[in-house]
Amino acid sequence: MTKRYISIWFRHLLTDWYLRKHPDAGDFPLVFSTQQRGRQLIHATSRTAENAGIYCGMAVADAKAIYPNLIITPYTPEQELHLLTALGQWCIRYSPVVAIDPPDGLLIDASGCAHLWGGEQTYLAEITLKLKAYGYDVRTAMADTIGTAWAVSRYDSDTMIIPGGHERKALRPLPPAALRLEDTLLTKLQQLGFHKIEDFIHLPLNALKRRFGPSFILRLKQALGAEREDLLPLGIPPVYEERLSSMEPIKTAKAITIALTNLLDVICLKLQQEGKGIRTATLICYRIDDQVVQITIGTNGASNNTPHLLKLFELKIPSLAPGPGIDLFILQASLVEDVLSEQEKIWSSTGSADNNITKLLDRIESKIGTGSIKRYQPVAHYWPELSIQPFTSPNDHQQVNAPRPEKLLPTPLPIEVTAPIPDYPPMLFRFLGQLHEIKKADGPERIEREWWLDDGEHRDYYVVEDAAGRRYWIFRLGHYAVNQAQWFIHGFFA
Amino acid sequence: MSMLTNKAEVIKRLQQDILHLQGFKSKNSEENLLGLGPVEAAFPNGIFATGAIHEFVSQGSEETAATFGFVSAILSKLMTDSRPCIWVCPSRSLFPLALKKFNIEPAKLIFIETATDAESLWVMEEALKCDGMAAVIGEIPRVSFSQSRRLQLAVEKSKVTGFLLRAVKTQNMLASIAKWHIAPVPSLSPDGIPGVGFSQWQVELLKVRNGKPGSWKVAWMPDGFKVMAMQGNELIQPEIGSGAAWPDKTAMPALQNPVILQGFPESTSQVG
Repeated sequence: MTKRYISIWFRHLLTDWYLRKHPDAGDFPLVFSTQQRGRQLIHATSRTAENAGIYCGMAVADAKAIYPNLIITPYTPEQELHLLTALGQWCIRYSPVVAIDPPDGLLIDASGCAHLWGGEQTYLAEITLKLKAYGYDVRTAMADTIGTAWAVSRYDSDTMIIPGGHERKALRPLPPAALRLEDTLLTKLQQLGFHKIEDFIHLPLNALKRRFGPSFILRLKQALGAEREDLLPLGIPPVYEERLSSMEPIKTAKAITIALTNLLDVICLKLQQEGKGIRTATLICYRIDDQVVQITIGTNGASNNTPHLLKLFELKIPSLAPGPGIDLFILQASLVEDVLSEQEKIWSSTGSADNNITKLLDRIESKIGTGSIKRYQPVAHYWPELSIQPFTSPNDHQQVNAPRPEKLLPTPLPIEVTAPIPDYPPMLFRFLGQLHEIKKADGPERIEREWWLDDGEHRDYYVVEDAAGRRYWIFRLGHYAVNQAQWFIHGFFA
Repeated sequence: MSMLTNKAEVIKRLQQDILHLQGFKSKNSEENLLGLGPVEAAFPNGIFATGAIHEFVSQGSEETAATFGFVSAILSKLMTDSRPCIWVCPSRSLFPLALKKFNIEPAKLIFIETATDAESLWVMEEALKCDGMAAVIGEIPRVSFSQSRRLQLAVEKSKVTGFLLRAVKTQNMLASIAKWHIAPVPSLSPDGIPGVGFSQWQVELLKVRNGKPGSWKVAWMPDGFKVMAMQGNELIQPEIGSGAAWPDKTAMPALQNPVILQGFPESTSQVG
């Protein structure tokens, strides 16, 4: 299929946007100014300002001299980018592939889209009219290559649609700048007397390459369609997406479930054929009052099993507000992964059990939220608070071979201790007002603070057992010091 | 007469069936499941009931830690075939690295942190219905009788063992098959080795359906449970093999005399 591209040129992007936001600004000339080397320079001009003889790069002071009533607005960097992105998002209604073309243009891949609007003429006219109605002074062009569409939109105000194969003819009367060349190249062409593309387009490419370098040839070839050029689309359209529109607005949970089942059936069939499964999926519901509501599910393992996915969605359906009714459902599988095939599972005896557990965890996660399921593994830290980490992938770190308490306090609590000096275990300690007489003790196990993480004193841990047989994990912070040693309780042993 | 014996046989068989349905195993070998000897003998058929709800009550952090230890020790026997285990709690207080002495891989324990009791119960019930699970532990402060019935019904189908850990102050009647109370007692130090020895607990079986409640001293050693045999009122310590070398001990240095003490102001500075 031949590609068709549309280039949209916003001739006064910033000022048109400003005038759209401030309708009271009227027809006064408007400029955006930037600070450059201590001078206020004009960055963008409105049409009236342009007609008054104000141009970009002019000093603001000079412009004010020409036109004292000039409206001057400060320019914030990257303003065009944000504007273009927003306009590009808006244009996705015309084609799924829209790219921004800074500083002042949009590019649309219109391949196979025009017939939906009844032909290229009406398609392009629709886009142009809509944008003009918003107040944007745009010029558009459509061609087989991005380069030609770009050139024609900017340098040929008469033509809008270049039929396939007519790129060369369309480019001939245009100036070299239409080829998106660098300024140095343009000056060079100007000096050599090449004022139009037709002056050099018939020359052998080798000769041109020798003189003007490879980038020049690339641009020329791209405009003529001899070299491939790709767009970077704004929103990458998800591959696995299904739509279901309903004749009547839908309000009940039961009906939503039926719609969802239909969508899941279609998408799961597609996924099964490709050996893939859903990790994340979103159901987007378009309501008749133009509101959009959506629910998202995530799974712990790729799944293309309709009943299981439906179960996950069912937990969330009550949170959907159908309002006056939903007339369009879109199911997007935003994250898919390869599914381990059933064949492999035969070899592992716990396959079906593992599968059940994955499904259970999916249900729990979608019911009480992500982040509630935790697994831990030892990590290479001795400091007790840091010695575990959430399980990611099996690591072969062996935990330290010293006793660790069954119940560890999140923060150690201070205790009062009677201890022989310097390094003997305590004989008595008082915790929560209760006196414990220590009968058996182990230690000390010195755990140094990891100086590259935090600073402070080391801890000397003791495992102690009191007369009643209760076992504790206590430590002294730092070295022994007269009347200053601080003792803490950090855990309880079984 | 033969009618009567038949009747007795029928009743006996029916009783066996009921026990089986309730999660009690029929004893098919001399060895008991957990190596808990006399404790398991308190259960019908003399075997620890899996596929049932066990309730543990505890008071204070020390008893909670002891309960964690005893439950982990049971888990280490249940978590065979690398089956995982789910621990439902409002916020995790079990320290996963403590599981090493019970030979449990920390990553095999899946903690699920919940915001409300209702959520905990929902998770616990769903997890108990999942037959790939070794056991499900729930630290759920408030459980009503009917909620515990639901849990018991869930396990009767899936044969997963459930443990409900609760505080003494919130306890009420539950539809559990057994109710335990674990308290720490002085550790077992073989051959008078100084320092803290093997964890030892006073295991009280407060209630067991169709069984005999009792109280035992149980220690956990590297090779499994050791139940102290009771003879009259006297404890007989079982022989401990020299191979039981855990925990590694550095002998505690003997106190020299006199020793200067620091700490409470009321304590004397000299100790005889």
